[in-house]
Amino acid sequence: MSRWILDHLWLIPAVPFAVSLVILSLPNGRHKSAAVLAVAGQVAALVLSFFAFLPTLQTPGFRAVQNFTWFTFGDHALRLGWLLDPLAAVMLMMITLVGLCIFVFSTGYMAGDKNFVRFFAYLSFFSGAMLGLVISNSLLLLFIFWELVGLASYLLIGFWIERPSAATAAKKAFVTTRIGDLGFFLGLLWLYGRSGTLLFYDGGDGCLETGGLNMLGASATFIALLIFCGAMGKSGQFPLHVWLPDAMEGPTPVSALIHAATMVAAGVFLVARAYPIFSLGAINGVTASLMVVVWIGVITALMAALIAIAQADIKRILAYSTISQLGLMMVSLGVGGVAAGMMHLLAHGFFKALLFLGAGSVIHGCHGEQDIRKMGGLRWLMPITFSTYAIGMMALSGVPLFFSGGWTKEEILHVTAHWPASRLPYYFLLIGVLLTALYMTRQIIYVFFGDRRVASQHAHESPRVMTMPLIALAICAILFSIVLTPAWPWLHDYLTGTAADVELVRLIQSTLFLSLVLVGAGFALGIWMYRKVGVQDRQRPADTDPLEFAQPQLFRFLENKMWIDELYARTIIAFSWMSARLSDWMDRHFWDRLVRGFGGIGQLLGVFTASIDERGINAGVDETTVGTRGLGRLISAAHSGQIQTYLSVIAIGVLALLLFYAWLA
Amino acid sequence: MTPTLQLFLIISAALFSIGLLAALSRRHAIFILIGIEMMLAAANLNFIAFWRFSPQSQPPTGVMIAIFSIAIAAAEAAVGLALVIAVYRHYRTTNVDHLNQLKG
Amino acid sequence: MVGLISALIMVPLAGALALFTAPARNARPIALLFNALAALDALALWQHFDIRTAGLQLVERHTWIPAVGAEYLVGIDGLSLLLVLLTSLIIPFAFLAQRMERGFCALMLIMQSALYGTFTAQNFVLWFLFYEMSLIPAFLLIKIWGGENRDRAATKFFLYTFLGSVAMLLGFLGIYLARGSFDFATLAGLGKNGLLSGKLAWLAFAGIFLGLAVKVPLFPFHTWLPDAYESAPTGVAMVLTGLLSKMGVYGFVRLLLPLFPNEIRIIGPWLLALAICSIVFAPLAAWVQSDLKRMVAYLSVNHLGYCMLGLFAVAALPSGAAIDTQAALSGVFMQIFNHGITAAALFYLVGLLEQRRGLRGIGDFGGLMQRTPLLCGWMSVAMFSSLGLPGLNGFIGEFLIFKGSFAIAASFTALAVIGLLVTAIVFMRAMQALFSGPLAENCSAFPDLLPREKVTIIPVTLLMFAIGVAPQFVFNIFNTTVVQMARLFG
Repeated sequence: MSRWILDHLWLIPAVPFAVSLVILSLPNGRHKSAAVLAVAGQVAALVLSFFAFLPTLQTPGFRAVQNFTWFTFGDHALRLGWLLDPLAAVMLMMITLVGLCIFVFSTGYMAGDKNFVRFFAYLSFFSGAMLGLVISNSLLLLFIFWELVGLASYLLIGFWIERPSAATAAKKAFVTTRIGDLGFFLGLLWLYGRSGTLLFYDGGDGCLETGGLNMLGASATFIALLIFCGAMGKSGQFPLHVWLPDAMEGPTPVSALIHAATMVAAGVFLVARAYPIFSLGAINGVTASLMVVVWIGVITALMAALIAIAQADIKRILAYSTISQLGLMMVSLGVGGVAAGMMHLLAHGFFKALLFLGAGSVIHGCHGEQDIRKMGGLRWLMPITFSTYAIGMMALSGVPLFFSGGWTKEEILHVTAHWPASRLPYYFLLIGVLLTALYMTRQIIYVFFGDRRVASQHAHESPRVMTMPLIALAICAILFSIVLTPAWPWLHDYLTGTAADVELVRLIQSTLFLSLVLVGAGFALGIWMYRKVGVQDRQRPADTDPLEFAQPQLFRFLENKMWIDELYARTIIAFSWMSARLSDWMDRHFWDRLVRGFGGIGQLLGVFTASIDERGINAGVDETTVGTRGLGRLISAAHSGQIQTYLSVIAIGVLALLLFYAWLA
Repeated sequence: MTPTLQLFLIISAALFSIGLLAALSRRHAIFILIGIEMMLAAANLNFIAFWRFSPQSQPPTGVMIAIFSIAIAAAEAAVGLALVIAVYRHYRTTNVDHLNQLKG
Repeated sequence: MVGLISALIMVPLAGALALFTAPARNARPIALLFNALAALDALALWQHFDIRTAGLQLVERHTWIPAVGAEYLVGIDGLSLLLVLLTSLIIPFAFLAQRMERGFCALMLIMQSALYGTFTAQNFVLWFLFYEMSLIPAFLLIKIWGGENRDRAATKFFLYTFLGSVAMLLGFLGIYLARGSFDFATLAGLGKNGLLSGKLAWLAFAGIFLGLAVKVPLFPFHTWLPDAYESAPTGVAMVLTGLLSKMGVYGFVRLLLPLFPNEIRIIGPWLLALAICSIVFAPLAAWVQSDLKRMVAYLSVNHLGYCMLGLFAVAALPSGAAIDTQAALSGVFMQIFNHGITAAALFYLVGLLEQRRGLRGIGDFGGLMQRTPLLCGWMSVAMFSSLGLPGLNGFIGEFLIFKGSFAIAASFTALAVIGLLVTAIVFMRAMQALFSGPLAENCSAFPDLLPREKVTIIPVTLLMFAIGVAPQFVFNIFNTTVVQMARLFG
C-alpha cells in the first residue's frame, strides 16, 4: 500500500477534487449525500495521507519524487512533479486531520443553510487544492495549487453571497493575495529563467539542489524576496494582512479551515519549502532575504497582537491572533529555525482550528452573535465548548509543559535568541508572548465569565456533531506536545532528517522559566484588567472596555486596526481608482482625439487637394470647354449663309491685300 | 486726248467697282449675276489694255485670251442662270437674303 | 481538383449563396449546416497536417495575375492551422449566440470565408484581398444590426481599419516595387538581410505596422474597439474579438516580424512600451466602465497586449535563449487560441444577460447567483479563465508569454504584471456587482440557462478546462512551427 501510494501521490489531492465535482453536480436539496460524500472524501484523503506518511518514518530524510512532463512547447518540455518528504507528509497529515474535524463540524454548523451542497463542494475543492500544494515538486505546480487555494478561499469567504459585506471581503481577499501572488509569479519566472527548471528535486538538477542553486548567483536574493511576496499575501504578513480579518465574513468552519489551520499556513510552508533559495550564500545563517523575512515577521507579530487587544468580534480577535502567530513563524524561519517554524505551524493548525470551531460553537449557541461584549457567562451554559476553548487558549498563549503551543513557542524563542544578526527580534517576541496571553485572557473573560449579557441569555450547548470535533482537536492540541518536547524532539528531528533520541535533561531550559513568567504575567494582567468587565466600575460605564476607559485614543487607534485600511483606501486604492478614471478619460478624449487628429490632418489635406481639384484643374477644363463652345458660337455666327456677306468679306480682304501691297511697295 | 493705259485701267477699275457694288448690294440673284459679269468684263478690259500697251505686243495673243475669257463667262452665265432658275423653282424666290442654307 | 484549403474557403461562400435559395426562416440552420461542413473540412486539414514537418503544407498554387506577381497561393503551417481551427470553432458559436436574419447569416458566412482565406493565403495580394473582404461584412453587420450609436461606431471601425489597410497596402507596394515579389516566404527570406534600405524601409515598416496595429489593436490605436464592440450585435462582437483581432496578431507574426527584423530591433523598446501601455491602461479603463460589453472589450485589448508583448520581446531583443523565444512564441499562439475562446464566451454570456434584462450596465443586475446559479457559475469560469487562473486555459498562454519575455525583457515584463492584477480587480468588481448582494428586483424573473444555451456554453467551457489541464494537444499543432520561427527570429 505504501509503495503503491508513492507512485500515485496525485490521488491524494485528486480524491477531494473529484468529490467536489460530484457534489457540484448534485441537485440542490441533497444535503445528506453531500455531507456523506465530502466527509468520505476527506477520510479517504486522510487514509491515503497516512499511508504516504508511513514510509517517511522509516528512513530519516526520506524523499520520494515523481516527475512528469506536463506539456512540450517548441522542443522544450515543461515538467512538474509530486514530492513526498517529511515536510510534505506532516502537512498532509495535519491538513487531512484538521480538515476532517472541520468537515464533521460543518455538517452540524451549516445544517439548515440553503446552499449546504455548494458549501461542501467548495470545502472539498479547497482541501484538494491545499493537499496538492504541499506535495508539489515544482514551484509552478505549487503556484497552480496556490492560486486554486486562493480561488477556494474567495468562494468560501463570499459564500453568503447575498451579504454585500461578504462579497466585498471575498474580493478584498482575492485581490490582496493576488498582489503578493504576482510578486511570487515574477520570482517564479526569474527562477525559471536562471535555473532552467522549476522542479524542486530532480536528481540533483532541481532548483533547490546544488545544480539549480549554483546558477542563481546574486539574483537569489531578489528571487527569494519575490517569492516571499506571495507568502506575505497568503500568510497575512504586513503590509498585505488586511484581507485576513475581513475574511471572517465567511462561515466559521471556513475561518477555521482556511484562515487558521491550512491556507494561511501555505505562505509559511512556501518559505520553508523554498528555504534553500532564501539561505543561499548565507553568512552565519543570515542573508538579506532572511533578514527581510525576520523583520516583516516581527512587525506583523507585534502589530497584530496589539490590534487584537481592542477588537470586539470573537472571530476577528482570533484572526489577528492568527496573523500574529504567522508572524512568529516567519521570524522563526528567518532566523534559521525552519523546523521550529513548521512545528509551530502544525501545532497552531490544531489549536487554532480548535479555537475557531469553539468560536463557531459559541456563535451558534448565541444565535449568530459575534460581539464578545454582548456575551458573557457562557461557562456553565456551554461546558464542553468552554473547556475545549480554554485548552486552545492555553495552547495559543503558550503555557509550557502541557500544551503543544507552549513547546513550539519555546523552540522559536530559543532559535530567535541565538540569531547572530540582532537580539531585538527576540525581545519583540517576548512582548508578543505577553500580549498574546493578555488578549486571550480578555477574550475568554468576556465570553465565558461574568454575567450573561444580551446575546447569551438563551445560549445552549451545541449538538454533539459539533462538540465531538472540538474534543478531538483539544486532545490533539495536548497530545501533539509529546512529539515536540526537547526531551524527545521527534518532530524536530524528523523534519530535519535526523534520528531522535530521548534525553529528559533537555526538558529543563532557561527560556522555559522566562516564558512561564511572561505568560503568567499576561494572564495576571488580563485578569486584573478585565475582572470587572461588563459591570460598572467606579466612573467606567458597564459597556466600556477598561482599556478604552483608560486610554481612549490608544484604544481607538487599535480598534480601527491602526487605520491601515483607511490609509490604503486613501492612498493606494484612491490612486489606482484615479488612474483608472484617467485611463478611461485619456481613452475617450485624448487618444481618440489624437488618432482622430492625425486623421483630421489627412482630412484637411484632402479638403485642400479637393479644393485645388475643384477650383484649379476642374475649373480649367470647364473653362476651356465653355470657351471653345463660345468661340464656336461666335465663328458660326459669321457663317450667315449670305453669299453677299461672304463676297463682301472677300472684297474687303482683296482690298486689304491691295492696300498691303501698296504699302509694301 | 490720246488713250493711255492709265485711262483704260481707270475705266476697268470703275467697271469692276460698279460690278462689285451690284453683286454686293442687289438682292435679286439675276442682278448679282449681271454684277459678276460686269466684273469679268472689267478683267477682260484689263487683259486687252495690258496687251495693247505692252512693249512687244503680238497681234493675236491678248485678244485670244479675252475671247476665251468671254466664252467662259458666257458658259458661267448660263450655269449661273440655270442655278438661279433651279433655286427659284425650289424656293419660289430669287432674293438672296432668304437663301442662307450655307449658314454654318 | 480543388484542395482542402480552397474547399474551406469556398464552403462558407457557397453557404452564403445557398441561403438565398431557401426560405428566410431556415437561414440559421442552413448557415450552421455549412459551418458543420467547414468544420469537417478543417478537421480533415488537421488530419492531413503533419505536425512533425516544418514549413507550409497542403500548398495549392495557381497563377493568377502574373503581371504583378500575384498568385493564388494557399497553404498552412501550425499557426495557420491553429487559426483555421479557431475560426471553425468560434463562428458556429457566434451563430448560436443570437437570432439572425438571412442577410445577417450571409454576411457572417462571407466573413468566415474571408477569415479562412486570410489565415491560409501566402501571397500578399491574395492575403490582402481576404483581409479586406472581412472588413466589409463586419462594417455592414454593425451598421445594420448594431445597437445604439451603430452608425458612428461602424463608421469609426471602418475608417480606422480601412485607413490602416491603405497604409499597409502602400507599404507593400513599396516593397513590391523594390523587390518585385509579393510572396511571403520569398520576402521573409530577404528580410533577414534588410528588405529595403534607408527611408523607404521605415516608410514601408510604418505603413504595415499601422495597418496591423489598428487591427489588433495596439495602444493607442485601440479607440475604435470599445465603440465597435459595444455597438456590435453579440454574435458579431464574438467574431470581432475572437477572430478579427487575431488577423492583426497573425499579420504581425507572418509579415512584420519576418520582413523588418532590423527595424523592429531598433525601435524595439518603444514597441514594447506600447504593448505595456495596452496591458496596463486598457484594464484600468475597463475598471471604470459601466457597460459590460465595453468592459470586456477593454480587457480584450489587454489580452492582445500580452500577445504583442511576447512577439515584440522575441523580435526586438533576439539575444534570447532558444527556450525563451520558443516559450514566448508558444505562449502567444496559445494566447491567440485561448483569448479567442474565452473572450467569445464572455461576450456570449454578456449577451445572455442582455437578452434577459434588455440592458447590460454593470449596475443593472445584482444577486444573480441566487436566481441563476448555473449562468453565474459558467460565467465565473469564463471570467477566471480570462484573468489567468491556473487550471483554466488562460493561464497556460500567459505563463509562457511571461516566461519568455521575462527572460528577454525583464523590466517590461515586470510592469506587465500590473495588468494581471488590474484584470483581476475588474473581474472581481464585475462578479461582485452581478452575482452577489441581494437579488435585484428587476432580475427576479430571470430564467437560468436554457437547454439550448447549456448546449452552447458547456462544451466551450469544458474546452477551457481541457486546455488548462492537459494542453498538449494544442501545443502539438504548432510546436514545429514555433521551433522554425524561433530559429528565424532568434
